[in-house]
Amino acid sequence: MSELVRKGQTTIAQRTKKNPGQRKSSLWWMYLPALLAVSIFIIYPFLKGIQVSFTDWNGFSQTKNWIGLQQYKRMLNDPDTWLVVKNTLLYGLGSTFFQNIVGLLYALLLNQSIRMKSITRTIIYLPVIISPLVMGYIWYFFFAYQGGALNDLLLFIGMDKVNALGNPDVNTWLIVFVNTYQFVGIAMIIYLAGLQSISKDFYEAANIDGATAFQQFKNITLPLLMPSITINMVLNIIGGLKLFDVIIALTGGGPGNSSQSMSTFMYDLYFSRQDAGYAATQGVLMAVIILILSLLALVYFKSKEVEA
Amino acid sequence: MERKNNNKTRRFLTIVAIVITLFHLIPFYILITTSLKASGDFSSKWVLPTDMSLANFSEAWESANLGTAFINTTIITLSAAVLLIFFGSMAAYPLARMNTKFNKFVYFLFISIMVIPPLTALVPLYEMVVDIGMMNTHEIAILNNFAAFLPLTIFLYAGFIRSTIPKELEEAARIDGASQLGTFFKIVFPLLKPVTASVLIIACVFIWNDYQFSIFFLQSKEVQTLTVALSGFFGQNQNNLNLVAAAALMSMAPMTILFLFLQKYFVAGLSSGSVKG
Repeated sequence: MSELVRKGQTTIAQRTKKNPGQRKSSLWWMYLPALLAVSIFIIYPFLKGIQVSFTDWNGFSQTKNWIGLQQYKRMLNDPDTWLVVKNTLLYGLGSTFFQNIVGLLYALLLNQSIRMKSITRTIIYLPVIISPLVMGYIWYFFFAYQGGALNDLLLFIGMDKVNALGNPDVNTWLIVFVNTYQFVGIAMIIYLAGLQSISKDFYEAANIDGATAFQQFKNITLPLLMPSITINMVLNIIGGLKLFDVIIALTGGGPGNSSQSMSTFMYDLYFSRQDAGYAATQGVLMAVIILILSLLALVYFKSKEVEA
Repeated sequence: MERKNNNKTRRFLTIVAIVITLFHLIPFYILITTSLKASGDFSSKWVLPTDMSLANFSEAWESANLGTAFINTTIITLSAAVLLIFFGSMAAYPLARMNTKFNKFVYFLFISIMVIPPLTALVPLYEMVVDIGMMNTHEIAILNNFAAFLPLTIFLYAGFIRSTIPKELEEAARIDGASQLGTFFKIVFPLLKPVTASVLIIACVFIWNDYQFSIFFLQSKEVQTLTVALSGFFGQNQNNLNLVAAAALMSMAPMTILFLFLQKYFVAGLSSGSVKG
């Protein structure tokens, strides 16, 4: 890439000498509309959200009293905060773990010459295109206490019905499972693309040297797959920490706050409890957590990447 | 001897693939069979319906107001996708070509926006939208989705331009006297077709499925999108999941069909970022 850049700069420099009136640097207007859109709809409201986190605003009245760090103190002393942060980390890190392990295994399997692999591939990534809300409803049909497919199965084999979605110890894991089921296809596609970009020569050389399949995986496949691992880790961490729709559909965050994520908790604080200032404070915490974890993942996995 | 072994492994792997496929099909099987069972049929979700009934589909269509929701969702999805392709490709071009410090900063800014949780920005945005009187309008949903997917769009276009579009073409056009905008839209943009197809399908899928913006900004029945209509319908019919299944199936049908025809572009779009980026 750096070579491309250098090549680009020489051409521009040469051309600027020839045609000083046509300097390409004036092209900045081309990204102005996009920059304006993200400034108005994302950056400005985001900064405004930080401001709101220092107020007692209820979400609709005209009065917003500046109360300093009080909401932050409240947040740190609120047991719900820690429950919700714990759930959010489970959604983010749990989904990342399973999506990557399973996605990589699927990619390794479907990179072999086996029959029906294109059908298998299509079916694994079909859920990616379905709305997470609908996916939540579909799995609700599976896990529901009354008439759910899981309980039909348990009754059929002579076991007792389970209230999986109502059990605080289990429901968060079911959400991780549903999120993994839905998006493992993206991880798989990215790993497949990575596997296919690895030159066959490496494996031929390794075969001549008598390396076992596992040695080849460890010493060739894994290191050269690092760019795919980086992008999957970062995408999955960000996606998992922001989880919202599937929770709304599957458990609504309950029972109690037992399956609430930071997103659904904020939504609840803002719309149901008219506690916008506090919702904004939780939002700041969420942004900080996402930023730190995705940066850590980016830096760590980037450092493991090697030149092919 | 080795060949025989190879065949054995291959057969074993094929069986593994079939088992995985069947497992991944379970939710679809349950969704489809549930949607075909008459309301009041509480037979096991694993059992096929005894008499197939399409009544759920027409009833769900009517009572969930799906017709209006389909039109709203289509308008929002297509408008946002067109804006994304037009302004996203335009923005990516100088960011991919001109490696100045300022452009690097702007590119970094776009990419880092992906980290911001939408809900952190939504609370103040909601107030702003109420103030300017844009609540319950298609426009606000279009603009929100447009802004939200710009970073990914720019990322995909910039990667593609850097790695595949030869500079010489543009230079030739400029020497022939084409304007900057003309060069971009007449020479560069047509060459972006593969990535445009990917952006179009990825953006359509994600905007079609959006729930977060819709539930905030489109609360009245006339402007409701499919996800909002569906969540309301689920709330009312928790005892009649057969109807909900029919509604869910109809809401996901257009994207499923689109995807099955264009999956090549979808896959290319998702994987190109990881390999070329």
